[in-house]
Parts: sequence; structure tokens; C-alpha cells
Amino acid sequence: MAVKSRPRQALVIASVLTLALGATACSGDSDSGLDPDSPECAPYTNYQGHDGESVSIYASIRDKEADLLRESWKQFEECTGIEIDYDGSGEFEAQLQVKVDGGNPPDLAFIPQPGLLARFAEANKLKPMTPELKTIADGNYPADWLKYATAGGQLYGTPLGANVKSFVWYSPKTFAEKGYQVPTTWQDLMALSDKIVATKQKPWCVGLESGEATGWPATDWIEDLMLRTQTPEVYDQWTTHAIPFNDPRVAQAVDQVGSVLKNPKYVNGGYGDVKSLTTTPFQEGGLPILQGQCSLHRQANFYANYLPEGTKVGPDGDIYAFYFPAVDPSKGKPVLGGGEFTVAFTDTEATQAVRTYLASGEYANSRAKLGNWITPNNKLDVSNVQQEVDKLAMQVLLDKSAVFRFDGSDLMPAAVGSGTLWKGMIDWVNGKDTKSTLDFIEGSWPK
Amino acid sequence: MEFSDEAPKLMMLLYGLVAFAVVVGGLLVLLDVVPAWFARRREAALLAAASAGAVRTGAAPPSRRRSVANRREGGLGLFFLLPTLLLLVVGLIVPAVRTTLLSFMDGNSRNWVGLKNYTWMFAQDEIFSVLTNTLIWVILVPLVATAVGLVYAVLVDRARFESAAKALIFMPMAISFVGASIIWKFVYAYRSGEYAQIGLLNHVWKMLGGEPQQWLSNPPLNTLLLIVIMIWIQAGFAMVVLSAAIKAIPAEIIEAARLDGVSPWQMFWQITMPSIRSALIVVVVTVSIATLKVFDIVRTTTNGNYDTGVIANEMYNQAFRFGQTGQGSALAVFLFVLVIPIVIYQVRNLRKQREV
Repeated sequence: MAVKSRPRQALVIASVLTLALGATACSGDSDSGLDPDSPECAPYTNYQGHDGESVSIYASIRDKEADLLRESWKQFEECTGIEIDYDGSGEFEAQLQVKVDGGNPPDLAFIPQPGLLARFAEANKLKPMTPELKTIADGNYPADWLKYATAGGQLYGTPLGANVKSFVWYSPKTFAEKGYQVPTTWQDLMALSDKIVATKQKPWCVGLESGEATGWPATDWIEDLMLRTQTPEVYDQWTTHAIPFNDPRVAQAVDQVGSVLKNPKYVNGGYGDVKSLTTTPFQEGGLPILQGQCSLHRQANFYANYLPEGTKVGPDGDIYAFYFPAVDPSKGKPVLGGGEFTVAFTDTEATQAVRTYLASGEYANSRAKLGNWITPNNKLDVSNVQQEVDKLAMQVLLDKSAVFRFDGSDLMPAAVGSGTLWKGMIDWVNGKDTKSTLDFIEGSWPK
Repeated sequence: MEFSDEAPKLMMLLYGLVAFAVVVGGLLVLLDVVPAWFARRREAALLAAASAGAVRTGAAPPSRRRSVANRREGGLGLFFLLPTLLLLVVGLIVPAVRTTLLSFMDGNSRNWVGLKNYTWMFAQDEIFSVLTNTLIWVILVPLVATAVGLVYAVLVDRARFESAAKALIFMPMAISFVGASIIWKFVYAYRSGEYAQIGLLNHVWKMLGGEPQQWLSNPPLNTLLLIVIMIWIQAGFAMVVLSAAIKAIPAEIIEAARLDGVSPWQMFWQITMPSIRSALIVVVVTVSIATLKVFDIVRTTTNGNYDTGVIANEMYNQAFRFGQTGQGSALAVFLFVLVIPIVIYQVRNLRKQREV
């Protein structure tokens, strides 16, 4: 028996070997690189000298956006010979912690939460910047942004992509037909809402459902109103817990949000009553505008990605966005936004090269040309920005009178910012009163 | 394809193959050689004992010799236990000890905080509701799932379309928890009254004249509706095991009972139930443990919002999403403590059966 089975074993081993060899043979043909000395590669000479090394990047960006990322650094890879291993995950925040704790961190990560970035920095997991990169970062990015990647006086990351959240989507066509004006103050916005109510339509449509992150669009509302009813300084005290979460000033902002989100006359155009907010996916939140069932939808510039194909986005198109007006425009123009930061967990020379490249103006322009992307990098040539609404977002971002603040829930500890704040907002929209909601969130702040 | 490009990959492959051969080959050789060596030693010892016995009948102290043999047997036993012990240490004991230690530390696992994480568990209303929800789950699911499975098994026993009927209720077992939750999420889906309902439950509810409900956002009903999903999955398991146990009841007993003229009711309580007792216990215990650990259903449907959280889900959120490793570990330890009595009961029960 034992003798008889030998040939079969040999066959199995042989076939496994063939398979394995075949697999390796197939995977190794992507090296059709450009000549490093060719003129196309001239911008990359500073990063050369690490041929054959690979750098891993871990982030939360997936699917189409991830393909655009890969395309954006393709030429860099070909000219430098550095291979960038990009991995995007929907479980990024939880898995990054596991990878780092397990001693298997990626070389680079794009972290969208300054709070998470600070946590890794405090645990001494992040590598500081080279002086060269520090100079580039200081030259390319506004201090408003860099402070969110700073922990303990040390700069750890450079901004990558950005988004502007202070936008209200509307239909320019319908506005023209009905003779509505784009509002420029909070009072105008409310007057417009009432005017639409008078035509027997619910003016606002909102979607808060987003899987495990359900509730986040409501936190953006709160943040936008905190910035509009309070000074930026109070906003900073709020996100750093220098004032308690149940402070009366926070309650005032929340109540002001409630005057829209919890107003059965105002919501939820195209979907039903207030209770439908938490079950409407955020991706579908603004779609009733296209059907004329709703007129206003507060969402970031990236909402353009969720519109059906063929939708005309622009000042005279099917849908467009206007700046979410300030309560008192004379006090400046508050802008709420978000973005990712490139941080490094290792400091090999190849990693340094990739990291420096991602902070450069060349990269910003290379990525912007592919569309669907803006950045606070001031070396970006705005004419390279593709979409209408992204151009508008860049305009808002570059506006000298604008006061920029980062998304507050991303600044807070994760237990609040991506935990009880979301949960609290869901319960609040579904009927819980402001005071007990804020007390609950205050009680959950990690001590 | 240039060979120089592929050389490092081939080397890598070669290393992998060599490492594989060394580990697996080494294990095989060890498993072959060591027992053989022990067997030879034992044979030699027996031979020596026999020859010694032949020379000086009964003079040698047998107790000492037996203890030497016992020790060798012990060595052999230990050898076979080694892989299991190793895996247990790596996969269970070390993580359990580490988790317990972490549960006495703060969120960053840097400072000791004593029992703070455990008092937090009971002080926070939210977490307390998580604990009570888990309790509701662990009481209802095993009871109802087993009862449904049992009734179904008894009803379809020797019925005409028995296998088809059984397949019908067993099929949900083949669906993953996440898949089942997504299916049921559609059943519970909500649209406002003025729109067409896409959820089955709301559709039926509306036909009966009710207003469409947000089934998954209304506590405490939503927890019960999630429990229905678990029962839907587990009833099939209960049914199959219990049905097999019912079939295994000796025909003589049933025949004797029939001759004695029992009613179907008596038959069930006096004959069937006592005969399948051990299978019943296995089912209840297995389902209880599965229920204590339930995570996928809650995470997929509500992610613990609207007061539906359970321990396993909250543990994951605290430890991995919120970075509160201490609090997450405390929940894990608490869950572990809850499972232990059930496991002890099960082990004792198995022992008792073996004695019988």
C-alpha cells in the first residue's frame, strides 16, 4: 500500500509546485518601467536610488478612489523603481491598531482622524519627519492644517486629500424656475425653508444611515452650527474637552440643528417623517433633489460621487452646492472640512522618499488631474481640479477670510467621536431630548 | 521573463518548501520514531522482567518496577499531549491571561487602574443595558430554539414528507449569520406610510391596517426581533440533533408503551423526553454558548444602536473602534466568566453519562 501510494504523492507535490511556479511567473511582469533618465522622470530624480524596494500603504480609501490613487503615483513608481503596495480597508481604524500592536505596521498610512493620529504619536509608534520633509510641509500647507497632524509639539503627518463639508446641495434649475435666491445668511436659509414649506413641500432631505458609522452626517451638522453660533476658540475648546460636552453653548448649537433636523415640516423630503432620517442611507440622502421632492441637502463636496451617472453638476446643471451660510457673515466665514494625513510607521529611505513625494506639489497636481480630489497643498494649480463642485470647494478652502476647522468628531477620542456622539445623535433625532443626550456623551468622555 | 528578476521569488519559494518539508517531515518522523522507541524500551523492560522473574520467582519488588514503567508511559502520554498543550497555551491560556491583565489597565494599556473597568461596566446605563440585553438573549434563544426544534422534530417524525420538511427548517443553518441578518434586515425594512413598503413585515402590518413601524429602532421590541433571527438559524440545529435522538429511542420501549396504551401526550412526556434528555442538554448548552457570543447579527443589523447592544458587540467596539482596550478586555473577561458555568455543567454531564 505504502509503495503504491508513492507515485500519487509525487504527482500531488509536482502539481503543487507547478501551480506555485506558475503563480510567481504571472505576478512578475509589471516591470515595464520608464527609463529613469528620460525627461518624463526628471521631476523624480530626488526620489531615485531605491530601485526594487517596496513601500506599503494602508488606508480607508477603496474601490474607484483607490484606483485613482494607484494611478496617481504610477509614474513615480516607474521612474524610481519603488513599488507601492496599497491596501484599502473598510475596517481601517480598527485594523490599523491591530497591525501596529501586532508589530506588523504598514510603512505609511493615511489617517483621516487627527485623534487617532495623536494616539499613535503618543504611543511613540509614528516616525518623525526628516528636516527636509518638514521644510516642504511648512512651505506647502497652511498652519491651520498642520496643527492637526502635530502632537506634543512634533509634526508627524502631511495632509493628503481634503473635503469641505460646509455645503448645501440644491437644484439650480428648480431655484431658477421658482425664483428662489441662494441664501447668504442663516436667516435667509430659514426664510427660504419656510417659503418652500408654504408650497406644501418638505425643503430638507437628510440621510444618516451609514452602517456602523450611522449618525455621522448629524455630527457634521452640529459641528457646522457650533462654528456658526460660537467662536472658533469655543469650537476648539469643545473638541478638546476644555468645556464639557453638555455646556449650554453646545446645547444651543444642537437645538439650532434640531430646528431643522427635528422639524417635521422641514424633513424628510422624498422619504417621509423625522423617523426616516436614521434609516435613509447617507448616499441616497440628497437624491430626492433630482426628483424635485426636496430642495436642500447639507453634505460635503464629495457627495458628487454618489450622484447617478449622467447627472449634470454645475451652476446651471441638475444639482450644485452653495456655501452653508454663516449666522452672522460679518464675523467671518467658518468652514468645516476633513481630510487624510500621511504618517509613517517605518523610516526606511524608500518610505521617506514616498512620504516626501506625497507631500509635494508634483503629487498634488498629478492626483488632482485624475479628478474627484482637492487638497490644501498650496502648490496645487487650481486649474488642474476637474469637477465644478471641487473647484468651488477649493475656492472656499483658499478664501483668505475663511476660518477653517477640522471635523470635530475626528478630533475627539474615538470613544466619543466615532462612538457615543454618533449613537447620541441617532437617539436624539429619534426623540431623545438635547440635555440627556449631551449628558450621556459627556459621561462617556474617556477620563 | 528574465531569470534574474525571478530569482528572489524562486529563492523565496524554495525557502518555503524547505521550511515546510522540515516542519512536516520532522513532525512525521518524531511521531513515528518516538513511540517506536518507547515501545522498544517497554518490550526490553518486559523481557528483562520476565527473565528476572524466571530466575528469582517473586523475589523482585514489583511495585518499583511498575512505577518505572508508569513513568515511561507518562512520558509517552506527555509527548502525545504536547501539540495540544502547545496550541492551548498559545491560543487560549496566553490570550486569556493577557486579556485579564489588560482588563485592569487603562485604554492605552499603560497604567494600572484596578477594578475601574469593571465598575464602569455596571455604572454606565448604556453598558448595563448591554448586559441586560445579553441576559434576554441567553434566556430566550436556547429555550425557544430548542422548543421549536423539538416540537418540529416530534411533529414531522415519520410523517410523509419528513426529509423535505426537515430540510426546510434546517436550511437557514447553511446561511452565515451576516447573510441571515441582511435577509432579515429587508424583512424589517421601513418606508414612511405614503410610500410602498419594501419590508415584508411592514407590508403585512399595513395590510392588517397598522401604520408602518421602524421595527429595528424601537426598543425593547427590536431586541426580540433580532432574537428571532438567531432562533431562525438555530432551530434547525436543535431539530436535527433532537430528531436523531428521537429516532434512536429503542423500538421495544415505544412498542411496550403502546401496548400499555399511552396517550400521545404521555408518550411525549414519559417516553420521548426522558430518552432524549442528554441530547436536549447538549443542544441547550451549545445554543446557549453560541448565544452568549452572538456578535454578527447585532453588528449587521443595528451595530448596537437603539439599545440593542450585546456584550460581544460592545467588546469589539470598545477595544477596536474606540481604542478603550481596558474596557473591552473587562467585557471579554466578564463574557468568559459567564460561559464557564455552562461549560462546567456540560463537562460534568458528559462524565455522568460515561459512568452510566
